[in-house]
This record gives sequence, structure tokens and C-alpha cells, in this order.
Amino acid sequence: MPDWSMLTLVGADRPGIVARVTRALYLHGCNLGEASMIRLGGCFTMMLMVSGGERRADLTAALRPIAEELGLRIHLEPAPGGLHQHLLPNLQVRVFGADRAGLVADVTGILAAQGFHVLELESDVAGDAERPLYIMSIQGFCERSIESVRAALAMLSDDGVSVDVASVDLLIG
Amino acid sequence: MAILEILTLPDPRLGQSSRPVEIFDAALRDFVADLEETRRAGPAAVGIAAPQVGCFQRIVIVDVSGRRKTPNHGHLILINPEIVHWDGFAIGREGCLSVPDYTGNVIRATHIQLKAQDLEGQELAFEMEGFEARAVQHELDHLDGLLFVDRVVSRRTDLYRRKVYQT
Repeated sequence: MPDWSMLTLVGADRPGIVARVTRALYLHGCNLGEASMIRLGGCFTMMLMVSGGERRADLTAALRPIAEELGLRIHLEPAPGGLHQHLLPNLQVRVFGADRAGLVADVTGILAAQGFHVLELESDVAGDAERPLYIMSIQGFCERSIESVRAALAMLSDDGVSVDVASVDLLIG
Repeated sequence: MAILEILTLPDPRLGQSSRPVEIFDAALRDFVADLEETRRAGPAAVGIAAPQVGCFQRIVIVDVSGRRKTPNHGHLILINPEIVHWDGFAIGREGCLSVPDYTGNVIRATHIQLKAQDLEGQELAFEMEGFEARAVQHELDHLDGLLFVDRVVSRRTDLYRRKVYQT
């Protein structure tokens, strides 16, 4: 059973970050597992599971020169579990509406009360500076029926927020 | 009857194209019986294609009849299947017996017209929609050496369903 760690790197976006970081990890003897790397605002964010290599302290030290050169902040901690722990979503919730503070808290609060387990949430702010539009897509697992989740979220429609709940149909072929 | 071994990625044979079936005989029927037994032995697969068990002939089985509220044509054995018309598109999540422990989002046509032959070589024609149409497209890809992972769209890619306004 490999010993996995969760490595997080965040810094101002520029081309070449992924290549430099993953090369350094490889040279340090690390193996990569599941990863999420994406630009958020003007930052590039990387969260990746790494195993192997030498001790954790050594890994941080090995990455420090590159991190300083590229202006990345590093965070490393042990990751419980490992690979092959996928949970499958059965519901997808899509929300969009005029951007306002508290929208995500409202939506996810209602979902949490339904016992909805968020497996993935991504959001974006579209529109323009005067009229920002918040767009969010959530995938997760809920034992309650789609009708129950839909009814619980319906109150948000009164605020002019568009909410759509759909089932995620998994096809195995 | 036998449960056949399923090829899994990164086996390069899964990228091979399959040949049309020309002889409709007892050997074909025996193979299809084994293919069906193999499908049922795995994790709830709604379809299977011959190349998944290393037989590179244009043969697939699709059966979505066990799924609630799903329009379907029952248990289908499709020999030399061909999609002759596509319409609409939708994203759906797919997995595959040949790609264990991974699922991804794939865009497929929502309506198809399909031609095929049955075990006796008789011509079949279907109009299909939704989940059944998706399953057929997934299985037919195997015949051309394509897996759903060749078509996966970013997990962050989503298509907002357009509202249909009544006029």
C-alpha cells in the first residue's frame, strides 16, 4: 500500500508550471495519483496525490527551488485512503442567477439538509462587472428522491435563481 | 456456455477495428450465448461488444430493459449494426467493462436510427432514443476500436440544457 500525500501548489498563473512541477516530482521518485489542476482567477491551482519519493520533509525541500522561482506556495500533508475510492454521483444540481453573497451557502445548506453528499462543485462568475452572473454545477450523491431535492430547492426560484436538478445516469457498457 | 475473458485497457487490441459477420451459423449463435453470459457475469452492464472479449467481429448485445422508465426494444443481439441517422446530443456519464474503476462524461446523440442483422442474418431496423441510443453508440464504438475514454469531455465541461419556450 503506497503512502499517499496531498500536495497543493498555488501561484500566479503562467505557462509551464505543470511541466516543471511534475518533472521535479518525477526526479524525486514520486508517483502521481488523482489530480485537479485549474486556473482560478489569475492563479493556477494544483492539488495532487503523490506517493513514493523520500520523506515528506525532503519532498518539500526538493520542490522549494522551483516553487520560489515560479512563485508557488506549497502545502503537503498525508492523504488518507488512496486510489480506487471513487464514489459515484447520482444527482446533478445546476444553479445560475444574479451573483449575490450567500448563494452557495443557501444552495448547499438546503442540499446538506437533504443528506446530499457533494462530490464535486465547480462555479464560475460570468456576465460583466455591472451584472455578474453566478453559475454553479454540483454533482453528488443523495438517497432521497430527485423530487424531494427539487422541492427543497424550489424556494430559491422565488429569488430569481434558476435551479435545475437532474439525475446522473451511469451507463456501463 | 462460458464466461469469456474481458480485455481491459491498456490492451492495444481494444483499438482494433472489427470485421463484418458473413456466416450466420451455429458457431455464431454459440459465441453470442457466451458473450451474453459474460455480460451478465460482470457489474450490471447494459451492453457488450465482441471485441471486448477479443473477437473482432461486428457483434454487440444491448439490453436496457431492466432499467426503470426507459424506452427500449428489449434484449437486442445486433450483428453488423450501423447507425444511419443521428439527432440531438446530450452529455451522460459512462463506464465500461474494459475500463474498470473509471467513469466519464461523454456526448452522444439522443435519437438514432439503426440498421442491423439478427442471428439468422435477417435485416432489422430501429428508432431509438435516450439511454438505449446511448448504449448502442457506446457498443458500436467498440467495433471501430473506440472506447468512451476516447470521447470523454472535461469534468468541468457542462452543457446547460436550453429552455424550450412555447410559442
